[in-house]
Amino acid sequence: MPKDSGIGASSKRREDIRFLTGDGNYTDDINIHGQAYVYFLRSDIAHGTLNSVNTDAAATMDGVVKIFTGADFEAVGSIPCGWQITDKHGEVMQEPRHPVLAHGKVRHVGEPIAAVVAETLEQARDAAEAIEVDISELPAVVSMKDAVKEGATKVHDDLTSNLCYDWGFVEENKGAVDQAFKDAAHVTTLELVNNRLVANPMEPRVAVGDFARGTGDHTLYTTSQNPHVIRLLMGAFVLGIPEHKLRVVAPDVGGGFGTKIFHYQEEAFVTFAAKACNRAVKWTSSRSEAFMSDAHGRDHVTKIQLALDKDNNFTALRTDTYANMGAYLSTFAPSVPTWLHGTLMAGNYKTPLIYVNVKAVFTNTVPVDAYRGAGRPEATYQLERLVDKTAHELGVDPIKLRRQNFITEFPYATPVAVEYDTGDYVATMDKLEEIADVAGFAARRKESEAKGKLRGFGVNCYIEACGIAPSNLVGQLGARAGLYESATVRVNATGGLVVMTGSHSHGQGHETTFAQVVAEMIGIDESMVEIVHGDTARVPMGMGTYGSRSLAVGGSAMVRATEKIIAKARKIASHLLEASETDVELKDGAFTVAGTDKSVAWGDVTLAAYVPHNYPLEDIEPGLEETAFYDPSNFTYPSGAYACEVELDPETGQVTIERFSAADDFGNIVNPMIVTGQVHGGLAQGIGQALMENCSYDSDGQLLSASYMDYAMPRASDLPFYDVDHSCQTPCTHNPLGVKGCGEAGAIGSPPAVVNAVLDAMRSGGKDVGHIDMPVSPHRVWEAMNS
Amino acid sequence: MYNFDVERPATIAQAVKALSTEEAQPMSGGQTLIPTLKARLAMPSVLVSLSGIDEMKGVRKNDDGLLCIGGGTTHTTVATEAAAHYPGLAELAARIGDPAVRNRGTLGGSIANNDPSACYPAAVLGSGATVVTNSREIAADDYFLGMFETALHEGELVTEVKFPIPQASHYEKHLQPASRFPLVAVFVAKFEEGVRVAVTGASESGVFRWTEAEEALSGSFKSDTLKDLTLDGSGMISDLHGSGAYRAHLATVMTRRAVDAISD
Amino acid sequence: MTQVKMTVNGKPASGDVEGRTLLVQFLREDLGLTGTHVGCDTSQCGACVVHVNGQAVKACTMLAIEAEGAEVATIEGQAAADGTLNTIQQAFQDHHGLQCGFCTPGMVMSAAALLKDNPKPTVAEVRHYLDGNICRCTGYHNIVKAIMAASGQDVAAIAAE
Repeated sequence: MPKDSGIGASSKRREDIRFLTGDGNYTDDINIHGQAYVYFLRSDIAHGTLNSVNTDAAATMDGVVKIFTGADFEAVGSIPCGWQITDKHGEVMQEPRHPVLAHGKVRHVGEPIAAVVAETLEQARDAAEAIEVDISELPAVVSMKDAVKEGATKVHDDLTSNLCYDWGFVEENKGAVDQAFKDAAHVTTLELVNNRLVANPMEPRVAVGDFARGTGDHTLYTTSQNPHVIRLLMGAFVLGIPEHKLRVVAPDVGGGFGTKIFHYQEEAFVTFAAKACNRAVKWTSSRSEAFMSDAHGRDHVTKIQLALDKDNNFTALRTDTYANMGAYLSTFAPSVPTWLHGTLMAGNYKTPLIYVNVKAVFTNTVPVDAYRGAGRPEATYQLERLVDKTAHELGVDPIKLRRQNFITEFPYATPVAVEYDTGDYVATMDKLEEIADVAGFAARRKESEAKGKLRGFGVNCYIEACGIAPSNLVGQLGARAGLYESATVRVNATGGLVVMTGSHSHGQGHETTFAQVVAEMIGIDESMVEIVHGDTARVPMGMGTYGSRSLAVGGSAMVRATEKIIAKARKIASHLLEASETDVELKDGAFTVAGTDKSVAWGDVTLAAYVPHNYPLEDIEPGLEETAFYDPSNFTYPSGAYACEVELDPETGQVTIERFSAADDFGNIVNPMIVTGQVHGGLAQGIGQALMENCSYDSDGQLLSASYMDYAMPRASDLPFYDVDHSCQTPCTHNPLGVKGCGEAGAIGSPPAVVNAVLDAMRSGGKDVGHIDMPVSPHRVWEAMNS
Repeated sequence: MYNFDVERPATIAQAVKALSTEEAQPMSGGQTLIPTLKARLAMPSVLVSLSGIDEMKGVRKNDDGLLCIGGGTTHTTVATEAAAHYPGLAELAARIGDPAVRNRGTLGGSIANNDPSACYPAAVLGSGATVVTNSREIAADDYFLGMFETALHEGELVTEVKFPIPQASHYEKHLQPASRFPLVAVFVAKFEEGVRVAVTGASESGVFRWTEAEEALSGSFKSDTLKDLTLDGSGMISDLHGSGAYRAHLATVMTRRAVDAISD
Repeated sequence: MTQVKMTVNGKPASGDVEGRTLLVQFLREDLGLTGTHVGCDTSQCGACVVHVNGQAVKACTMLAIEAEGAEVATIEGQAAADGTLNTIQQAFQDHHGLQCGFCTPGMVMSAAALLKDNPKPTVAEVRHYLDGNICRCTGYHNIVKAIMAASGQDVAAIAAE
């Protein structure tokens, strides 16, 4: 019987009411009296020397308040990078300065050169057109492999080359890995591209800066997944504003998917300009602007090899990846192809020896950073494509080969530095075979063939590390911040609770699920718990929402704070009940003396905390408010098995998804409805990557997919209903809820299944091409079928 | 957008007069023009909105048996009101863009713009329709002159299109996955006097008639008769979504499928 | 500037607009009806869908002046006066047809237009009707399910969780 409230219940989302009635409060809905608007003049040249920016004519145009250029920001800090990688020679990565407005050079199409603040947006744009920019164009660095060749044009003249770092992991294993390949009975090699994507949350980024001259207080309203992180990065590293004079608000945010984690120039600009202009300054990105200014995702080129013994056991894995950083280092960029990617290369398999090499490269393109999954989709894709290719080369069943090599004992220390706490890969594969109706596939293939279509079935597994992460560990790995989370639980006199969480909800439904957890712990109605997030003035501290960490880390902090509340409330209750604390238990919203009918209701205890007439003042303070910081001891390791069934039109190359099945293990689940929704969304993005989405540049560094006219967003008619199951549950052993992250799994786990299915369909049509790169567009399929 | 004045004439005559102003530009449904204006790719001083001209709207059959559709008729209206008379045309209209676009976009606006990937040019050319303007009638064969080019003069409006109604017709479309315009689409119309085949989305010269296919199909209206016919990819559009060779190939596939849809 | 008058959610509304003012700007900036969103500039995402004289249109691709005299309906006018969600809104909540909520107003308005013309659509019809509405969060599964449920059709066979 499903529960109707608390942990495990599919409680309806409370936030839906405002979103369904037009009553949401997104950043673009915020207008401050007297605000001016900024328009950024962006480079239409990928690479060039910026000789001059003449604003004289523009400055006199109607409505112009002030025009800013790179020179105005010389004394201002660089947009910081939050992660420093040490390369295989022990050298720290090359880290270029990232100016708020371009200075000296432009390095990608879309880089802001000047900013016009005016009374209206159209006036700002009119004036921007009158700015005279003199750029001497330089050859654009676009191809990663060309970028690292001797004598290549440099994106940053002050760096030694375009190589940000050359990372080896685990460097000490390299000799043993190479030896294992020499000893192998079979080696499979695969070269592939993980296509560049644009995250495309439906809400474009917006930033509104405000400044109160009377107090010297700055406020930034921004579309962020982590307002406190923006406060720290922008305040401390860019503008030199102490945190107590800077408030950052991220109200309702219309999706993030990673690209709203990072600190962007536009945020620093409006904060700076609001003071300089002495009025609020608003920037609203157009979608076209978003394509050339939001950090992109993925963009890896990889060669990967698997060694097997004569019994088809995996003996070693090695991979060489070129990872595109774009023109500058975005906030998390260096960590994505390294610690979020290399550590996942064991996958679900007990491969004993692994070596990962990653060369991160600067190019004249938009910076690349975390996008839903961030490094883990890249790892999963190469590994699961490789295992499939291996199975076909060996003539064995792909599922059987996977099962044979599964890790089956936990905890399991991989050769790539992480320890999986729990999992049951056999169980998720069993479940997958059931829900995907593997047995019925042959009949469905026949039906497709009768219509002149080819049908293919593809499967893959995934493991991911999320709930990022232990601060001391990430510190050793180069993170320049901690990755704990905090929560403050404030109980009001009348018994209601306000939870101030550092996690940020931008679609995940925390206001509902977090309340479910606290309500269950106390035994009160969910409606008595209010979740507050997204405002540094209301929430003491927070690291934000990304890396599927909200419930595992933020939820755990909330549990810890609630435990402190309960402990104190128990003291108060035992005083009121004149009983020993150890005899008092909390159940269904009341404290009861065990074995008696003596009881005091939650509301009476909370009232006593604030009206301490009958109260143990000598032992405890009045009031009921507690804060906890939770720093996890490990990542969480959700895992699963996915299957895709496609139909392929051999005449046009068009692929349609006929079925998609996902069996996930997320440990314990708070709200099954929301978890399922998270998986659905991840699957759509993974299928989108596999079939449709591609961010493409030409050799001059011009962005070809610069709007929805050319960047293919999956629509309802492109996607199927999904079969999603999360009944396999091996609870996480190290967080109090036993939960694992679920937000990224769908995007991590789905692309290889799709591509494996397409290749299977092609083989059934007599064409075995070995590999096809994403997106598997009709044109590419047709070309492959006719190659 | 640059700013402009908006005129909302109620008659064709008023519209023509308004368009005689320097830098005046007509706008029908605006579904292409407004995004263009947003990108500041056009700078009209006066925008003459045609959406209030009732005499340019509607679907009717005239005494010669032609289906006459006002230039200001929306795709949604064509999809419903032409269905009984010319189902192939109505089905084409019902699948342009998306529902909200179909509620604003018009036949006249589409063919005046003559986007090389638009749907309507295929129906107009494939039907051998006559484009009626405020000053003359233009045969479809003389109307479409190339990518975004038509026989229209400055300030001339498409007031109506007169469609001969074929015995049978079908529009087969392969979508460009991002824009949802046709990557390649083919309109096949079977008339008593012969077959017309119009291809959109493919050619760098815009919509065109595939005359070899027309001749073959006029002899024998079976997709088999097309199996050895090919199109040359060299003059075809080549972009992110498909090469010229792929588009040429798709045109042959779409044509065969359209014929099969009619024959079935 | 030109004065425009229209009826919005049953109430008279007017304001002075430039020729270039879009309907969505008039709704958001002049009337403060910020429920209608702008998600793109190429008329594709559908976050701005409203009804003009009963038909779904993209408010970002229509000039405010062209709505002179029109009956305009936005997301703010969909619930009952006492705040009770309408059938479609309620189905979206019941079936988790929204996550971040940004595309939602357009989805609800498109769904309303669909069900007005086609009260019992098939799944394929729903999916095709949403060609002009992009959602990045839900993968569409629960949106389609919600619309099917709002049409009074049995959705038990559509996978839940």
